[in-house]
Amino acid sequence: MTINADWYLALGVVLFSIGAFGVLIRRNVLVMFMCVELMLNAANLTFVTFARVLHDIGGQVLVFFVLVVAAAEVVVGLGIVVAIFRRRANATADDLHMMKG
Amino acid sequence: MPTLHLLATSSATPTIHTPHVDYLSILPMVIMLGGALFLMVASSLFRKILSVGTGTLVASAVSIAALVAALFQWHQVSTHGAQVTIAGAIAFDGFDVFIQIVVAIAMLLTALIGDGYLRREGVEGPEFHVLAMASASGAMMMGAANDLIVIFLGLEIMSIALYVLAAFNHKRAESGEAALKYFVLGAFSSAVFVYGIALVYGATGSSNLPQIADYLSRNVIASNGVLLAGLALLLVGFGFKIAAVPFHMWSPDVYEGSPSPVAGFMAAVAKAGAFAALLRVFVSSFGTVRADWQPIIWALAVLSLLVGAVVALMQRDVKRMMAYSSINHVGFILLGVETATARGVSASLYYVFTYMFLVIGSFAVITVMARDGDTGNQISDYRGLARRQPLVALAFAVLLLGQAGAPFTTGFLAKFGVVSAAVDTHGYVLAVVAMVSAAIAAFFYLRLAVTMYSPVGLVGNAADDGGDDEASAVAGPVGGDGAVSNLQVLTDAPPTEAVTERGLVTVPGLTALAIGVSVAFTLVFGIFPGPILDFAHQATLLFT
Repeated sequence: MTINADWYLALGVVLFSIGAFGVLIRRNVLVMFMCVELMLNAANLTFVTFARVLHDIGGQVLVFFVLVVAAAEVVVGLGIVVAIFRRRANATADDLHMMKG
Repeated sequence: MPTLHLLATSSATPTIHTPHVDYLSILPMVIMLGGALFLMVASSLFRKILSVGTGTLVASAVSIAALVAALFQWHQVSTHGAQVTIAGAIAFDGFDVFIQIVVAIAMLLTALIGDGYLRREGVEGPEFHVLAMASASGAMMMGAANDLIVIFLGLEIMSIALYVLAAFNHKRAESGEAALKYFVLGAFSSAVFVYGIALVYGATGSSNLPQIADYLSRNVIASNGVLLAGLALLLVGFGFKIAAVPFHMWSPDVYEGSPSPVAGFMAAVAKAGAFAALLRVFVSSFGTVRADWQPIIWALAVLSLLVGAVVALMQRDVKRMMAYSSINHVGFILLGVETATARGVSASLYYVFTYMFLVIGSFAVITVMARDGDTGNQISDYRGLARRQPLVALAFAVLLLGQAGAPFTTGFLAKFGVVSAAVDTHGYVLAVVAMVSAAIAAFFYLRLAVTMYSPVGLVGNAADDGGDDEASAVAGPVGGDGAVSNLQVLTDAPPTEAVTERGLVTVPGLTALAIGVSVAFTLVFGIFPGPILDFAHQATLLFT
């Protein structure tokens, strides 16, 4: 069975869009983190697809860099969330209103 | 199994060729990162022996070592010319070395300012310096990167450390809030940036900048949707990092909430790194498709110039005002990017260099003025500062005038450089917008300067009855009566209680040194601009 590479790219676009809308719309910080992960993985899927299309191993190597960075980012993000919400009941972005904007 | 078989039968042992690593080309960032790791390990091993001062000492020594290494690099580049090293991942040219020098100096100044801040706020710990050095090494990597994925790595090393630095003052709830806002938007912009890299990779077949440039020059692309989408997403990612309008909404909150030395570091180093990468990617690599991206940069520049200047007028908080002023400065630097000429790049570099001193110096004064818990940050708190502490007021006035672009300061030449570069490429509209916004911006810088030098007569009344304070506090933030009355409230309101009660602020010696260096640089090289202009010009000549 052969699948056209365009389908993979389209899936990447869909995942990326879901992630982007999620970050902009959802108010729960943890869900926002998950949406960012979705965006990064959409990029990874696109990297791998293009690497296969171009017969270039480079694109697949780039995925590892992105994976490592994504992991580091989540560690720091969760650390910040824990530091902030230790005193609060829930993790909602709307509660963060000490500064306007 | 087949590979084993192959190994056994082939006559010669297969060898793996690793790329040659030219360590000189990455020496400053290796020193920076090594210093950060050393300090972190040493501080966890000898936590009881190490004082705050030790952290500052190590950070300063490491910054100076990185600066010296960068000067060696400069010598190497100016004698042997630009080259690409480490399998094409690192560009070792004048542009790279320029950024290394800017970042190393910014790190040195921040270490000096951070020392006083950490002691005052009682959040001592070497982690501040560790994170700042890690962040600086990321910015250096962005300046040196010659591959989109290396730029991404530099961006993340820089940003992740900055997220934590923004949250560093755990005693203030605002600090954590700033960190979370910065983190969510930073992570979002990084993801957009990575997707942009993926699309550019797909369209050109490489993530290496010279190879992309090579591909674009060999293939005439009329309208490649994937490439254009990739370019747009890269620009969005950069736009968030440099805080250009309309991607600026995080910056006022983050500047207000972060510890003041961190805000200065953010404004100087994060912008230096992001602009370095932006210039290298767009001017050098996507130079052949400049017709596609120049209009976007044009729009970003105009919006940043106008929104930054106008909204800064409305701010009561000095740190928020500085945030909008920094958005305004971003507009000016984008002017140089938009031209996509050697002159524009050199003007942008000069702007980044001089702005680094101006903004770190300004935030050093704000750090000192804020007192315990970062309280006295209202513009009205600066009223009568010249009477109380003439030297601090004078230093701040010079830095503000520098940012406003007054003659005989580096700020004037910086603004003149980018505007004349824009005029060179017939960007008259852009030049006019820039000058109008400079005039608007001069107003709020001067307002703060005038506030510092106006008499403090109102303070006595306010101290007598607290009702006065409340009345102005109620009238102030509503601002329904229009801009004029709002402006009056901003400057005429008496200082808050925190300021009137404690009187003079103490200026730690190291912070005073950092402020002094910034002021001296601004004035000396404002009057004798030659060396720095030449430096920026040569850095551009050696641009690969």
